[in-house]
Amino acid sequence: MAECVLLAHGINKRFGGLQALSDVEIRIERGQIYGLIGPNGAGKTTFFNVLTGLTAPDAGTFELCGVRYWPTEAHRVAQLGIARTFQNIRLFPDMTALENVMVGRHTRTRANALDAVLRTRRARTEEAEIRQRALEIIEDIGIGRYAYYLARTLPYGDQRRLEIARALATEPRLLALDEPAAGMNATEKAALLELMARIRSRGVTILLIEHDVKLVMGLCDRVTVLDYGKVIAVGSPAQVQCDPGVIEAYLGRAHAAAPPRLSPT
Amino acid sequence: MGATATAEPSNHPAPPGGRTPPRVLGAMIALGAALIVLPWAIGAFGDAWVRALCFVTLYVMLALGLNIVVGFAGLLDLGYIAFYAVGAYTYALLASPHLTEHFPALAHAFPAGLHVSIWVTLPIGASLAAAFGILLGTPVLKLRGDYLAIVTLGFGEIIRIFLNNLNAPLNFTNGPSGITLIDPVRIGSFNLAHPGTVLGMHPSSLVLYYYLLVAVALLAILVCVRLQDSRLGRAWMALREDEVAARAMGVNVRNVKLLAFSLGATFGGVAGGLFAAFQGFVSPESFSLNESIIVLSMIVLGGLGHVPGVVLGAVMLALLPEALRHTAVPLQDALFGRVLIDAEVLRMLLYGLATVGIMLYRPRGLWPAPEHGMRRAFGRVAAANGEAAKAVSGHG
Amino acid sequence: MDTLVQQVINGLVLGSLYALIALGYTMVYGVLNLINFAHGDVLMIGALSALSAIGVLQGAWPGLPGWTLLLLGMTAAIPVCIALSLVIERVAYRPLRNAPRLAPLITAIGVSILIETMAMLIWGRNYLTFPRLLPDAPIHLGNATISVTKVVVIVLAALIMGALLWLVQSTRLGRAMRATAENPRVASLMGVNPDSVIATTFAIGAGLAAVAGVMMEATYQVAHFYMGFIPGLKAFTAAVLGGIGNIAGAMVGGIVLGLIEALGAGYIGQLTNGIFGSNYQDVFAFIVLCTVLILRPSGLLGERVADRA
Repeated sequence: MAECVLLAHGINKRFGGLQALSDVEIRIERGQIYGLIGPNGAGKTTFFNVLTGLTAPDAGTFELCGVRYWPTEAHRVAQLGIARTFQNIRLFPDMTALENVMVGRHTRTRANALDAVLRTRRARTEEAEIRQRALEIIEDIGIGRYAYYLARTLPYGDQRRLEIARALATEPRLLALDEPAAGMNATEKAALLELMARIRSRGVTILLIEHDVKLVMGLCDRVTVLDYGKVIAVGSPAQVQCDPGVIEAYLGRAHAAAPPRLSPT
Repeated sequence: MGATATAEPSNHPAPPGGRTPPRVLGAMIALGAALIVLPWAIGAFGDAWVRALCFVTLYVMLALGLNIVVGFAGLLDLGYIAFYAVGAYTYALLASPHLTEHFPALAHAFPAGLHVSIWVTLPIGASLAAAFGILLGTPVLKLRGDYLAIVTLGFGEIIRIFLNNLNAPLNFTNGPSGITLIDPVRIGSFNLAHPGTVLGMHPSSLVLYYYLLVAVALLAILVCVRLQDSRLGRAWMALREDEVAARAMGVNVRNVKLLAFSLGATFGGVAGGLFAAFQGFVSPESFSLNESIIVLSMIVLGGLGHVPGVVLGAVMLALLPEALRHTAVPLQDALFGRVLIDAEVLRMLLYGLATVGIMLYRPRGLWPAPEHGMRRAFGRVAAANGEAAKAVSGHG
Repeated sequence: MDTLVQQVINGLVLGSLYALIALGYTMVYGVLNLINFAHGDVLMIGALSALSAIGVLQGAWPGLPGWTLLLLGMTAAIPVCIALSLVIERVAYRPLRNAPRLAPLITAIGVSILIETMAMLIWGRNYLTFPRLLPDAPIHLGNATISVTKVVVIVLAALIMGALLWLVQSTRLGRAMRATAENPRVASLMGVNPDSVIATTFAIGAGLAAVAGVMMEATYQVAHFYMGFIPGLKAFTAAVLGGIGNIAGAMVGGIVLGLIEALGAGYIGQLTNGIFGSNYQDVFAFIVLCTVLILRPSGLLGERVADRA
């Protein structure tokens, strides 16, 4: 039985009159690439926000690698080991790419104001380590040449990579990516696939929200489908794409009656 | 570096920071020499100029402190001068006859009067200012930019009102009259106000104060630079750029904000204590909203968040009014036979114009950080490939 | 006389003034998400212009009755304030519409200083007295007294606020203003010109400030180049108290704040056994501001700010 990285159960979130999440459950195993899909407005990003502590849930249990947590403070969640990217890319625009990734190291380092002012040994070695590690991650991800460029001047695809690099710098156990392939062309998507595989091979579990069904089918080991805040299907991509409920959610009732074969490549 | 997107990954420009290159070291030595000689050179034009230089150093300290809050952390504090007041009044109360005059119990306990050394009161004043910083910061943690500005402004005004009115029923602050006869700085038995002979020379008290203040200001600059290039400095910048993303990356936003407020306040507290000792007299008038705004315009003019720029802005906006006072007034006299705009008004006019002008035409300030030499102010993440292509082909 | 009724009356007078000024802040914040820091100074310029105008008129036609002079003073102040406000909007705020919020706020502060300096140059630094224009005799209501001027303040403010509510609810312009406040981009798609709506918003706010400024100097008999700043801040507090962007909120907030301040100043001596006196009056507004922003930032009636997604 593979080790469980994330177990979220009974997640509920209401915004005024709208029940954004109803009894959502998700179980991710170590080393998986897990997909979260569903039509627009299904609650995927809300789920991410709840998971990572940016929005407080109304109810639910959360367990990361067996440790229970209650996601009210995003920085605590990051420290526990979930790092995320954002649907609309939220880099630190006037900091360099390298500095962006160095911020990612914040939660794994400890030097405080006094260390900084006095340039203690701890501060100096930590700074060197932060810089070193950040450079490595940036190189590894493939945007090494942009290390000293302001984040907002990077090409779009590289900004997405930078955001992933920054998230990786926090040494997460679970990397949560919100539409990492949005706005990418075919070449960039292929490169992204390769990057995901490399990240997985380093032992990081990945949860991703994606609209590109082909990408999800090709990449994910397991998928949960949300619609109107409820889980309507869970399973392998092949299973899920034949599920009539899923097809109805995406394409309408008429199609559910005669499910089309979606080629997984 | 070519315009193609497949440049070699090892072709990086030299990373900023690290060993100080000899050129910069030479410049710093030259600057140091200039600073040492300056009061003697300027002093030839009159004592008023040396006095002005002393105030310049105080403003530099204030600007650096406010820069931590506004420039590094992005929190618009319009009541910053309150911390200056805390530092000043702390020293004033502990090193003047005021408390012993109005509180017989204290006069009894300290028959020789209260003359706490500045080297003891500076840490006290600084800590007190830091405490006020946390006091101010805690309730405003969740406020958005403009509300934060107004609340901090209110805080500054409240402090001033209290300083003005805490003279009845118990006279703590002596109200609008302020506190006088404040002890000067003493280093051992050496009194900066009456220096006597030093190394065979007769330096004026002003020159000695100048050296002390410059030394403290240089220390302040060093502290700021170290803070900026540290884990905390990056956390502040991340907070400034995007608070949500900073949270998600593990930055404890609450603590980081409180640190910004308290560390910034500390600078104000230290400057305040030195100010009280230097001037020998404090009153609530010196701590009005106008002063907060003046310090803000200094850092905005110089380059928000960039330490050399902040120092430049402080020097310019602290010196220029003095220069104007000595030129514009006689000039108007000569041209018009009378003074149309007096020096005080000219000074405020200058601050207003500087602030508006910079925000409209050079929002990053006169001397922004070199990497930030772009045209647009406070840019957002640009999704357009066009802008990025321009950047790639432009660097090389 | 410190009876409750007297303080309530004082509170209503103060509150009416705050309400008029607060409307300017709240309307501008509603469409631009911007604190018009210079608004208090616009009020000051209106008050001083009216004072000068009245001085000139009194010199030229000494027989003019007080009511006429007051009216003419206001008529002089209003266009001055409107013009100033429009210039500020065009020169200082419009270029920074897309900059993050700190930039226009800092600029507004600079503009405020410039206006104050200008006023200092034109009218000097001293406190100027405003002549007694309206009848002096106090009207007695039981144990309390009220002057004609104060009655005028309350009545005039009520009339103006009623008219404004009608304007915003029932006219085409009002609809355009509400639409722009909700979502300027969509409003422009519906044929509303956001620039002209914004300019109109500034103009209306400035007109109200002019009236408030004149009534303020008429009530308290004094005018000064710095007179707009503190009332401006307090009026902003009132706007936040009622719910920023919410016009009815600004009115309610203004009255409530005025009452809090008057009652507080009246009773603080008793409440604190003489430790704090009415000289701490200004602190009340700030305490209210901090409390509201921390406990109920959307204000009493809820905020209405533009959708800046």
